[in-house]
Amino acid sequence: MSVEDRIKNEVEGTPVVLFMKGTPMFPQCGFSAAVVQVLGHFGVEYKGINVLEDDEIRNGIKDYSNWPTIPQLYVKGEFVGGCDIVREMAADGELATLFKDKGVPVKAA
Amino acid sequence: MAETYHDRILRKLTEGLAPAALSVRDESHKHAGHGDRVAAAGKGAHAPVDGQGETHFHVEVVSARFDGLSRVNRQRLVNDLLADELRERVHALSMRCQSPSEVG
Repeated sequence: MSVEDRIKNEVEGTPVVLFMKGTPMFPQCGFSAAVVQVLGHFGVEYKGINVLEDDEIRNGIKDYSNWPTIPQLYVKGEFVGGCDIVREMAADGELATLFKDKGVPVKAA
Repeated sequence: MAETYHDRILRKLTEGLAPAALSVRDESHKHAGHGDRVAAAGKGAHAPVDGQGETHFHVEVVSARFDGLSRVNRQRLVNDLLADELRERVHALSMRCQSPSEVG
């Protein structure tokens, strides 16, 4: 399977997927940790994929989304953004709207 | 003296975005030692940080070029303008991209 297909399977197989450095329990980069914190705040279920454990994904994800950095958040197969964008959207209420529109259950309404 | 990365970023964004406001901040000090620590753990989370700074930057830019662009496409525009810097040395670039109408 090509790396593109592997990534496609991941982002289409789980409603919320975060490509990150480290794991949700032990993020290894401040930017990844910030997104983990935002997702934790919303209480959404997501799959964290540690790119440090997989060089093919680590490089492939940058081409997949035409986005040079990690973390990268995907909701229902769509690329949402990296750390800055996720934080801005959380602050502006756009992220809550996105989860609602995409039918992703959140803890706090 | 060679142009610093800070000044290169400033110049390229000024040329590329004709910004109404622009600030570029070197935040490498906040990450000092963190590359080494992660490298020591064998995970390669980071390119080596050599203590010379200019690896982590925060950019705030207000430009009419962002009008009508999504958040993702605004950042892509900045990333494209700074592709050389990102490839050569800068490995973290956080940013806030606003159009003039959004600045209150």
